[in-house]
Amino acid sequence: MELNIHFRKESNLLKVFIEGEIDTFTAPKLRDKLESFDIDPNYIIELDLSKVVYMDSTGLGVIVALYKKVTREQGNLKLVGLSARLIRLFTITGLSELMNIEVEVKVE
Amino acid sequence: MKAFDYVEIKIPAKPQYVSVIRLAVSGLATRVGFLYDQIEDIKIAVSEAVTNVVQHAYQEIELGEIVLGCALYTDKIEILITDFGSSFNFEEIKRNIGPYKQNDSIAQLREGGLGLFLMETLMDEVKVNNEGGVTVFMTKFVKREQVNNLAQTIRT
Repeated sequence: MELNIHFRKESNLLKVFIEGEIDTFTAPKLRDKLESFDIDPNYIIELDLSKVVYMDSTGLGVIVALYKKVTREQGNLKLVGLSARLIRLFTITGLSELMNIEVEVKVE
Repeated sequence: MKAFDYVEIKIPAKPQYVSVIRLAVSGLATRVGFLYDQIEDIKIAVSEAVTNVVQHAYQEIELGEIVLGCALYTDKIEILITDFGSSFNFEEIKRNIGPYKQNDSIAQLREGGLGLFLMETLMDEVKVNNEGGVTVFMTKFVKREQVNNLAQTIRT
């Protein structure tokens, strides 16, 4: 499965929609896309991960790199739409303690 | 008759084949009887091991190969990932892997990030050997409802 990334800008909010599998093959594409925009102070970057069906440490590495960049530029990074699997991945690696992750209760 | 079925897959050490290995292991884990969450854990652990070989083991060689060996038991799966580049004797390699040590090979794995940490967290057992290439040996046990119930009964 390929990885699709698209952006939607709403004033100082940039929504990034990621769809597919994030692994060692697709992570470079994600890294390039996430490095393609400038971050102004107080800018909010929202990563929508609701359509990410697989992610491992290579994906976490890319998100950590973005988190460091956004923090350095005094912007804010928010992760939304995480599945139970992704929440588990962020929890066991300790990243959920560091990053702003929105936990929403999904009604199925 | 052997107590397990053995499946071996050889792929080029290229990033685009990591998802293929993931799909194959997912199918084999389903055969053993693992449930969704455990299968997803195995997929991540195997991807981490294969990714490590793709990223580190073949930096100087134009094209290497990765061998994935899976032994399917009734209650567990044993997975070997090696960069020997050719078929190997599963039983022999399994014997030659010693206990976990803080050696150079592991330091190299940790450079890749959270890879080895995830393997150790998501699998029941992980061993790494760096003699004549990198070999990762992992085991995961099926956690069935019956097993849990039995364990509770024994404790009571």
